[in-house]
Amino acid sequence: MNMLTDPELAADAAPLNRRAGPALLRVEHLSREFGGVLAIGDLSFTVAAGDIHSIIGPNGAGKTTLFNLVTGVYKPSGGRVLFDGADVSGQAPYRLAARGMSRTFQNLQIFFNMTALENVMVGRHLHLDTRLLPALFRFPSLKRRDSEARDRAAELMGAVGLSKYLDADAASMPYGALKRLEIARALAAEPKLLLLDEPAAGLNATESREIDEVIKTVAADGVTIVLVEHDMKMVMGISHRITALNHGRKLAEGTPAEVAANPEVVAAYLGAAP
Amino acid sequence: MQNILHGRLTGLLAMGAIIAVLPAFLPNNFYLDVAILAGFNAVVCVGLNLLIGYAGQISLGHAGFFGIGAYASGVLAGTYGWPPVLALLAGAVFVGLLAFVVAKPILRLKGHYLAMATLGIGIIVSIVLRTESGLTGGPDGMTVEPFRIFGVELYGERVWYWVVGALLFAVVWLSLNLIDSPMGRALRAVHGSEVAAEVVGVDTARFKVLVFVLSAVFASVAGSLFAHYAGLITPAKADFFKSIELVTMVVFGGMASTFGAVVGAVVLTLLPQLLTMFQDYQQIVLGAILMATMVFMPKGLLPTLAALIPARRRA
Repeated sequence: MNMLTDPELAADAAPLNRRAGPALLRVEHLSREFGGVLAIGDLSFTVAAGDIHSIIGPNGAGKTTLFNLVTGVYKPSGGRVLFDGADVSGQAPYRLAARGMSRTFQNLQIFFNMTALENVMVGRHLHLDTRLLPALFRFPSLKRRDSEARDRAAELMGAVGLSKYLDADAASMPYGALKRLEIARALAAEPKLLLLDEPAAGLNATESREIDEVIKTVAADGVTIVLVEHDMKMVMGISHRITALNHGRKLAEGTPAEVAANPEVVAAYLGAAP
Repeated sequence: MQNILHGRLTGLLAMGAIIAVLPAFLPNNFYLDVAILAGFNAVVCVGLNLLIGYAGQISLGHAGFFGIGAYASGVLAGTYGWPPVLALLAGAVFVGLLAFVVAKPILRLKGHYLAMATLGIGIIVSIVLRTESGLTGGPDGMTVEPFRIFGVELYGERVWYWVVGALLFAVVWLSLNLIDSPMGRALRAVHGSEVAAEVVGVDTARFKVLVFVLSAVFASVAGSLFAHYAGLITPAKADFFKSIELVTMVVFGGMASTFGAVVGAVVLTLLPQLLTMFQDYQQIVLGAILMATMVFMPKGLLPTLAALIPARRRA
């Protein structure tokens, strides 16, 4: 937690004078209640195309709820989500995926009934022929594109450092590898926006740094990233912008240095009275 | 190809070879009859396994779809004198539409609720077949015309053996193709994690409906041909117990294994015949075998055996 107040880390943060791209994701006055309890309240922020935008906040701040609202897993009680210029509030996740939004999960959502490679190949779903008849009769065109998908999936697994697990059953893989498998699967969909929910949770320092590199590479390829992460070293090191939440509301927003210097953010993390 | 049980084509060829040579070892029509019944059950189970084993959805009403197919053939080809092929197709289309209409609302349910809803469908079908006696002959059932195609009448166990054998081979081939395709992976993804499937673009509701319809149509086609083969169809073939039997075959053979579904259907069709020597205790012995299998081989017969083979090779 003291990462936040470490001036050296804040100084390490991404350059401040970077020009922001046009808005890819815009959240406007978003709110969501669960049985009268406000999980997200009147939250607005904008994610610029090409940015790594982190969402931070103590446990229970509403970060995962926010992800679920943005990706259509939950429907908002109020407010709007605009993605790539269109109002997508409350649209089903598979429709948002088709628009170019993909995500990973804090609690692993792996297809444990498949191999690692097949998990990633499911990520290619939107780019493949998913009709019944070509599948039943194994049309040559389907076979060809399927083998291309297999190659692409293997490539992605290599990119996240999972080459040795190509033919492994997902159920037999260690936790750290599964975290990366989720990233590879999400990337297979070729999203414009990738939401990563605590990709480094439960990983050791070395694995965390590897994930860190993966995220930077993905961002360098032009994918916009929204990141929820508790590893402050990672967040401060790779984010262009940070939005800090507490009790479902926005506490602060800005560059890593600005947010780290914000007394309210520090108070929320350290539990001191504001 | 690692081994016969894992390889896709090897498995198919092995099954084809077994179907081809089996009649030489069956001394009389009684055994052929048992083999044919096993074949019909296997066709239904391969379809049901797509739904239960691969897509992870339960159905306790598939005997109802089998029954509708059977009665469609009985009524249309008999009472109304349609060509049997048309009757079969009409039955399949009707079952497909019915499955489509009921799938939309019920596949939103999960677990026990889905089981109850599909159970309800099976029971409704069974009641209709029993009570609409003007059309169906009621509880006593009805006789069914022989199957004719291009003026040739299919008659006798030997001919039907090859018909059912070819049908099973085709159905297994289609199922293997489907599983190893983008749609097949989407189905398995629905089983693995619906939310994860959704966020990479899988319209989970659509695929659940599709596989439900497909498995229902498999059952309907098997039902139609069974009715022609048997020459007599009764509502018992469509009732709750038959549905449970089909699900048991799939689970016993091994879920998410196409060959497992075939093996399950064959073993559980044969077993009651073999157990007749226990006479009054037949049901008890059958139940004990089922319980022991599920306790010691929770993954089902074939996946458990398949897992043993590479282990031995390594040793």
